[in-house]
Amino acid sequence: MSPRPGFVLEVDRSTPATLIWHGEGFRLERLPVGTRVVYGPEALDPLADPDQAIRHALDNPLGDSQPLRTLLFPGMRLTIAFDDISLPLPPMQPPDSRQRVIEAVLDLAAEAGVDDVVLIAALALHRRMTDPELRHVLGDRVFEAFAPHGLLLQHDAEDPSNLVHLGLTDQGEDVEINRRAAESDLLVYVNINLVPMDGGHKSVATGLASYRSLKHHHNVRSMLSSRSFMDIHRSELHHSNWRMGRLIAESGVKIFQIETTLNTNTFPEQLAFLQKREWEWSLRDRASFLATSSALERTPAGISRKIFHAVRAPHEMTSVQAGAVEAVHEVTLANIYRQQLVEVSGQTDVLTMGLPYIGPYNVNSTMNPILVACLGLGYFFNLYRGKPLVREGGVVIISHPTQWEFNPVHHPSYIDFFEQVLAETTDMFEIEAKYEESYATDPWYVHLYRTSYAYHGVHPLYMWYWCAHALSHLGRVIVVGGDRAAVRRMGFSPASTFADALELAEDVVGRDPTITHLHVPSLLFADVK
Amino acid sequence: MKALQFERNVPRFAASRVASALVGSGKGVRVGPLELVEIEQLEMPGPGWVRVRPRLAGICGSDLATLDGQSSRYFDHIVSFPFIPGHEVVGDVEGGALDGRRAVIEPVLGCEARGIEPRCPACAAGRKGSCERIAFGHLRPGLQTGYCRDTGGGWSTGLVAHESQLHAVPDDFSDEAAVMVEPAACAVHAAFASEITGGERVMVLGAGTLGLCVIAAMRALCLPGALVAVAKHPQQRKLARDLGADQVVKPNEHKRAARRLSGSLALESAGGDIERLTGGVDLIVDCVGTSASLEQCLEVVRPGGRIVLVGMPGVVRVDLAPLWQREIELRGAYAYGSEDRPEGPRSTFQLALELVREARLESLVSARYPLERYEDAVAHAAAAGRRGAVKIVFDMRKAVPGPDAPNSRSGRPNSAATKEAM
Repeated sequence: MSPRPGFVLEVDRSTPATLIWHGEGFRLERLPVGTRVVYGPEALDPLADPDQAIRHALDNPLGDSQPLRTLLFPGMRLTIAFDDISLPLPPMQPPDSRQRVIEAVLDLAAEAGVDDVVLIAALALHRRMTDPELRHVLGDRVFEAFAPHGLLLQHDAEDPSNLVHLGLTDQGEDVEINRRAAESDLLVYVNINLVPMDGGHKSVATGLASYRSLKHHHNVRSMLSSRSFMDIHRSELHHSNWRMGRLIAESGVKIFQIETTLNTNTFPEQLAFLQKREWEWSLRDRASFLATSSALERTPAGISRKIFHAVRAPHEMTSVQAGAVEAVHEVTLANIYRQQLVEVSGQTDVLTMGLPYIGPYNVNSTMNPILVACLGLGYFFNLYRGKPLVREGGVVIISHPTQWEFNPVHHPSYIDFFEQVLAETTDMFEIEAKYEESYATDPWYVHLYRTSYAYHGVHPLYMWYWCAHALSHLGRVIVVGGDRAAVRRMGFSPASTFADALELAEDVVGRDPTITHLHVPSLLFADVK
Repeated sequence: MKALQFERNVPRFAASRVASALVGSGKGVRVGPLELVEIEQLEMPGPGWVRVRPRLAGICGSDLATLDGQSSRYFDHIVSFPFIPGHEVVGDVEGGALDGRRAVIEPVLGCEARGIEPRCPACAAGRKGSCERIAFGHLRPGLQTGYCRDTGGGWSTGLVAHESQLHAVPDDFSDEAAVMVEPAACAVHAAFASEITGGERVMVLGAGTLGLCVIAAMRALCLPGALVAVAKHPQQRKLARDLGADQVVKPNEHKRAARRLSGSLALESAGGDIERLTGGVDLIVDCVGTSASLEQCLEVVRPGGRIVLVGMPGVVRVDLAPLWQREIELRGAYAYGSEDRPEGPRSTFQLALELVREARLESLVSARYPLERYEDAVAHAAAAGRRGAVKIVFDMRKAVPGPDAPNSRSGRPNSAATKEAM
């Protein structure tokens, strides 16, 4: 039986309670009658033989690219860059798609006699990965072959000696990327595409870039000009990356892009109920839910966090395509849409969402309040094509504990941003003008980014900018069950229960509003007509 | 006349110390040596002295430390018992050049007030706060009005003051504005003692009356490059901002704020928490005066930087290794006198009058109590920050000075004629 497509359920009196994520826990909530619940398509069938599919993609590239084996020759400099720990979510059960692809590329390189090969984790301004994290992504064989010899690098956006300025786009945007990648005879980029925002020219133009380059598209104006940044055709973020990508190509950097997509098998068997439709829960699912919920209630927060972050997703590869960046990405997007697109008719007054314990920037870490905002108002709000799911002036209700808690190793500048900047203002433009440069150039943040495991100093500002479109569009943001001080610090309204939140929402949108619930998991992309 | 009198009573002193330590500041007043009494009018100590009938008198942090039994033994030889507290005073003057006018009292009892000639070097230089004769002359020991048996203090319906201590209050000043002049003068002196030359990164630790006045003084009289206030309570944070702080942070955020402000690097724990800064702010003004606050200062001041201690300290225990290794300067800032200004020396109190007017410091007066409700007043003052208040004052404007009467508690007349050896 083929997987069922996504659909929109209208809640009636017989509808069972809806499962809603709440950080490192979840709740069953009876949504008001008439609420629309948007479910994503069921997980697509995976590729029967992903390794074979990879080899086929490398030999049959898309666009004007030659097969990879013909691009490899003895004495060449080959650089393989790959997406970092922010993808996929949660991290996938081994072997990771990147491991499969890189092993295939290395096999071809070995056959061709290439011996100058370097791997680079495309961190952009993200934190460095630990050795266990790199080993998980690359597998033992690749890790052991490269890491001990200093051939497994992590992009350092603050190392001037390893950056090269390639020029300016026709819009005056600096294009500065990793020198080794730019000066190689061939740059192979290995990606995992989890949401439509990922991949394409963004892989190199962002993943291997410096702050000097990134600031041209990671800014408030770009975010406000993107409708949404998940729809690359209407995203200024992507338009800028595409301009940069073309300039990179014109500069002579030869890129062979390999993109992969995954299905939405997100949780292992014991948590499988999380991605099922509630009325289809089996007795076993119910028992799992009750047992898990009960155990979580009794488990200290730190331990439940460790348990959740140890989850490895049984994601499976649904497609792999290789060759010229734009041609590859077009096919990738089609495969993303095949897995995630759900047609939704019309907007809603109130959009509700439960946020999980994990987002792109807190893998093996803490979901701090800024990342909660970013996940809800940056990522989930923007998971639309056409029009936002919620109308202008509407309300978003988020369910998440939103604890005033930070990981000081991973997110040092987040702490300062939250304590010192958001205490002064939440205004994006003011923050950008007054604080961005000092956060981007603060020597301590730079030191921690380069030598420890810290996100770049400017990263919390970017995550705040990620919310710009939502915050300019919405009448109010309400957080259910969150730390009240932390919620208020961001300019949002706290509520104890969903019922309270809906009452608060009525103050903004009027009585008897239309309500739509974004049912995550699984990930979905709303095509709003 | 009515007065709140503080006796040398060791058992009561010990009781207040225990009560405040166990239950909290201000809680020791019920069992301590402070008592509302009826006493005879004070005798004039000598020529140039006048009577003042207090209208408002503030409760200061140093008063609370005294009532809590927490003040330093250092003061033992420079106070005389029994004394009537209250050194933040506005009152009506009876006699002398300011007869019939309102005046604020500059409480330091220096050489001039003590009838000492020639004056000590500090007084001769206008630095009354550093007077070397505060236990000598025709007054018994007492560093200030409010700690000297012979002068009385503001927590009463009458005291005596030397004319050199009086500053006329402008007619358009409210009593509330006037009673803020003394703490404002402390802040003005602290601001100049900080020796800011312009552009320094400054942190003010504590946002009670003194901290808030220091913020206002720094903003009005100095040119700090950036001024960060560390304030515990929401109302204090709001006021700190209103009075000119560029940034206001909570007490546990001071290290991160100083690091950000200075662009310093930091030394961290294994968990990533900042333990120490390698640099820090140029100047930190400690308006708290505890071991913890001094330790906080040492954590965030840069090598070669300066700590100015404004809040009254007692015995503190602090690791001075950073002070030594980083060549940090620790400086006290006490009281007032005259300040060297480009236009010449100026009275700190006159500068404070201007500051109170410009910064509208009268708004810091949060509550007024009659002397009879002194227990409530002290409790309120001790919990001021938590209760959203700043300055608590005694209000004697409706009190009728009583006839001269024997001390109601001991029957012992309290006058200069019955001085006792301390």
